[in-house]
Amino acid sequence: MESSFANGPVIEFRDVAYALPSGQQLLSGLNLQVQRGETLVLLGRSGSGKTTTLKLVNRLLTPSSGEVRVNGAPTAESDVIRLRRSVGYVIQDVGLFPHFTVEKNIGLVPRIEGWTAERIHRRVEVLLQMVGLEAQMALRYPHQLSGGQRQRVGVARALAADPSILLMDEPFGALDALTRDQLQREFLSLQQRLNKTVVFVTHDLREALRLGSRIALMEAGRLVMVLSPEDFLRSSDPLATAYVRAFADGLDSVANRGLP
Amino acid sequence: MNLFHFFLQNRGEILELTLEHLWLVGISTLLAVLVGVPLGILSAHRQVWNKPVLGTANVIQTIPSLALFGFLLPVPWLGDRADRLAILALTLYALLPVIRNTFTGIRGVDPAVVEAGRGMGLTGRQLLLQVELPLAMSVILSGIRVAVVVSVGLATIAAAIGAGGLGEFIFRGLAMVNNQLILAGAIPAAVLALSADFGLGWLERRLRPR
Repeated sequence: MESSFANGPVIEFRDVAYALPSGQQLLSGLNLQVQRGETLVLLGRSGSGKTTTLKLVNRLLTPSSGEVRVNGAPTAESDVIRLRRSVGYVIQDVGLFPHFTVEKNIGLVPRIEGWTAERIHRRVEVLLQMVGLEAQMALRYPHQLSGGQRQRVGVARALAADPSILLMDEPFGALDALTRDQLQREFLSLQQRLNKTVVFVTHDLREALRLGSRIALMEAGRLVMVLSPEDFLRSSDPLATAYVRAFADGLDSVANRGLP
Repeated sequence: MNLFHFFLQNRGEILELTLEHLWLVGISTLLAVLVGVPLGILSAHRQVWNKPVLGTANVIQTIPSLALFGFLLPVPWLGDRADRLAILALTLYALLPVIRNTFTGIRGVDPAVVEAGRGMGLTGRQLLLQVELPLAMSVILSGIRVAVVVSVGLATIAAAIGAGGLGEFIFRGLAMVNNQLILAGAIPAAVLALSADFGLGWLERRLRPR
């Protein structure tokens, strides 16, 4: 299916910078490659440039200098609508269309791509099952769903046209801890089956360690380094250790209070 | 002769002038929607259009209606027929609520929904027709409702320049100091305004996104 670029990186940033029209530099000197089938986590605090990086992939933003390549082709030269339809996109606020049922939400891209109603219906059934929702959810409206259900629909919608790339911007950030934990686990098992190339934005080290095959640490518009989760925990880099320490402190303080 | 008998006796003319009134309001509202909705969309999407469009509509709104009829009277073609002139004036007044509510409705669509739509690869047109307009529809409709109700009242003044409508009764009644004549214009106009308000209000609630 994706034979022609089988060996190169799926997404590649070449010396990319992004500045607002006002001149404020949000991102600079970014060089990064995302390999087929991996989950690359962009970890950083707010304002570090991780969401900007993500939006450069599906050209919701265009770099002010440098080049972003998706499947070997510079995004600046590709048809932006085709590009976006071939890349799944999930955001924290989900952004479900409130006037569409779950089925219409999930089936929107297939519909505008001209799929038959029958094929869309079958696809929606498969997707609902894939993200752990019952079939009768198809006829509900977004306001009738819980936060977790909504985000599952968001993931199903992003997967609708079977994109090889999935961009996820803090998709589980607004969920309660238990739901988040469950969705993270389901994401892992789903990813094992689907083997998508995923770029995942989070500020949560725990989530990054759990989901990422590699972690790209960002700070103030720059990529600090890219490490495997194991190496991240062992890293002596001051920023990485600061993250690990903050994470460990959270656990320690619980222990110090005499809780299990 | 009581009012009821008066209405019964003059039902032919009342009906005729009511239909004329409806026509003035209907055509001018239609024109205002055809012009105002695109202008509202434009000013919501393109920052530079925002101020000039809304500003102009605001200024028009401040011109007293009789003065506006007077200004338009010498304009060639337009001044030839009173109903043309009345329709243009009513259209101009109806523009502001239509433009403003279209602007507000489109701007009020949840940014996350718009971003998700763009990220999924909807074209600008698909985003507008399938997402933004349906979600803004109840707000736009409430603007149209205001425009219609205001127009029904304003259109009575159109009789002053001979454009017809229920204002005929009112002006005739004023001249003849005949309350029944005034009411023959005022009551149907009030009924028109109230039913338009009610009907469009119902539609608006039906279309309100949850």
